[in-house]
Amino acid sequence: MAVPLSYYLILSGFVFLTGVVGVLIRRNIIVILLSVELMLNATNINFVAFSEYFHNVAGQVFVFFALTVAAAEVAVGLAIIIALHRAHSSIYIDDLNLLKR
Amino acid sequence: MTFPLQDLLTILPELIVIGTACLILALDPILEATKKDVLAWLTLGALAMCIGLTSSQMTGRVSAFSGMVVIDAYAAFWKLLLYIVTGLTVLLSLAYLKAERLSIGEYYGFILLALAGMMVMVSGADLLTIYLGTELMSLSLYVMAGLKRTEARSLEASAKYFVLGAFSSGVLLYGISLLFGLAGSTGLSAIAAAITAHGTGDPLLSLALVLLAVGFGFKMAVVPFHMWTPDVYQGAPTSVTAFMAVASKAASFGAFLRVFVEGLGAASADWSVLFTVVCLATLALGNLVAIVQTNIKRMLAYSSIAHAGYALIGVVVAGGHSGEGASTGFASVLLYIAIYSFMTLGAFALVGMLRKEGQESDQIEDYAGLAKREPLAAFFMLVFLVSLAGIPPTAGFIGKFYIFMAAVNGGMTWLAIVAVIFAAISAFYYLRIVMVMYMREAEGSIATHSRLETSPALSLVLACALAGVVLLGLFPNGLWSLASQAAPLLK
Amino acid sequence: MGSEAAPLNYIPILIFIVIAFAFGAVQILLGRIVRPSRPYRAKLAPYESGSPLFSDARVQFPIRYYIIAMLFVIFDIEIVFMFPWAVAFKKLGLVGLVEMVVFIAILIVGFWYAWKKGALEWD
Repeated sequence: MAVPLSYYLILSGFVFLTGVVGVLIRRNIIVILLSVELMLNATNINFVAFSEYFHNVAGQVFVFFALTVAAAEVAVGLAIIIALHRAHSSIYIDDLNLLKR
Repeated sequence: MTFPLQDLLTILPELIVIGTACLILALDPILEATKKDVLAWLTLGALAMCIGLTSSQMTGRVSAFSGMVVIDAYAAFWKLLLYIVTGLTVLLSLAYLKAERLSIGEYYGFILLALAGMMVMVSGADLLTIYLGTELMSLSLYVMAGLKRTEARSLEASAKYFVLGAFSSGVLLYGISLLFGLAGSTGLSAIAAAITAHGTGDPLLSLALVLLAVGFGFKMAVVPFHMWTPDVYQGAPTSVTAFMAVASKAASFGAFLRVFVEGLGAASADWSVLFTVVCLATLALGNLVAIVQTNIKRMLAYSSIAHAGYALIGVVVAGGHSGEGASTGFASVLLYIAIYSFMTLGAFALVGMLRKEGQESDQIEDYAGLAKREPLAAFFMLVFLVSLAGIPPTAGFIGKFYIFMAAVNGGMTWLAIVAVIFAAISAFYYLRIVMVMYMREAEGSIATHSRLETSPALSLVLACALAGVVLLGLFPNGLWSLASQAAPLLK
Repeated sequence: MGSEAAPLNYIPILIFIVIAFAFGAVQILLGRIVRPSRPYRAKLAPYESGSPLFSDARVQFPIRYYIIAMLFVIFDIEIVFMFPWAVAFKKLGLVGLVEMVVFIAILIVGFWYAWKKGALEWD
């Protein structure tokens, strides 16, 4: 007897919501980046679970690409954070207030 | 396994764009700072080749890489628009980067990579390719927004764009994973078949629909997912802002329509209700908040939000119909975005190059008395603003006319009336700038007055944008037949 | 597969997790109850290979580390595409080889760019 599909979906739902709440309430950009990664990993759980359920390998291929995109996103994100730290000496989203009318 | 030569030939334009981008990245470190213009010409050469190749792909429907990518009139329409817009952006950047004293060769590489992402977005027939295209575009744009590395505003824009963009692509991806769970495949045709087989009552489908709408909503900058737009458009270098406002919006609309028509077309009754609400909110907020702006880049940002709202009218109308009515609705969206591209690009080109003391003069106050100092620049701005407001005989009027006609013919006259009221409101803030340029005297010393920094490249951009706005306003039939030919069919 | 009943096969894992946590908790509690408590300054200090303490452990890392991390992330993830290729190498044949060469060539362009721009230099 295997773990039913619904268990995976509930798990991924929780992980995804944790990520969403993290993005919405945390102020440090690095922590926000981590939360976004949580969201992407929740998606990966979904893909792998469905892939197993349908016996369709396409879901796992999607996970490979999602992982790569996540890595590229982290690299770009870190680059932006470094540059931001140099210019602002802060990586807190609340301190970003130059752009207002 | 045989070599997929036929498939590779089908995506030759994409290969050229990516190959040129790699070439630029490889050449950039060994070129002297004064010779970076070569890279811009390289970019333009690649674009010219792509225009030729894609023009030959206007008819028929070719599927490549086992249904991952599809080349049809719809994809070709968006690609041609994207080439033109990208070409104009490159020309504008030549002038703009010089004025800002930025000698960044990889800038053109990023433009091409973003373009490659957009091309994949509009010709993807599988959610995997569409997602990858979206990410390639977004990642390049995050970097481009922060290209003025010494300026805190530019980096702030980049960081805000990155945070919200990454969040939205997470939401988009989660929606895609649910659709995969529903259909057992990420191919758009397989998803459409699964929805037809299972019916539209599945709560999982509704959730996936909402998540995809949120994901694409961020990329298209429609209310309530617009909050990044004003900050990012204001902070990013103006040439990049123009590129974002025009090309990324066009590509996002292209991918969005493809997904919601070819993949989720069977659920169009559900999503057209959803987008009616989004459309009304977008029209209201975009137009009303634009009134109180004092920074012209922020004002144009809200204006671009409002224009996404007008385009959504066509989507809503098409979603409520099938066959001929839907086709007209989608064609009016294609036409609207194409026209929007020319007038917005022209307006941003002027905003970027009107400068004082080496700085962009992006306050509306800086435009006081411009008609006396720079009569030609003021006239160009006048035409672009009149077109944005939708006043005949400019192209902006034609775009709105076709959208409103589609709404009236589709039995949604009330939506057309609401949109006309908001268009009248929008005339107020566009014409206010015209008034500032023509009626008000410039105050303060002569030295602080902003002037247009002219260059041959800028003249070419402005001439093309003006020609687009005027000619499409007088002779819209060619573009309209192209758009109707390219419009996707809702089954 | 897809059955709604509880997955009984996984009960041993649950029991194992409970025991593992309980084992750790009991050790700590037992130690706290049984051991004599005679703290003094040197005993409370963190252990640093016998040498005296010189600074807090939570220092700010030089920003250089982030650039290295960035490059590492990019050039690390490529392996995700190489493993499946290696596994299916015979089946993919020449096409797979050519595709992998193109893939690596693109990565090399990135590497060349990073190198020439000085991202690999420490100062």
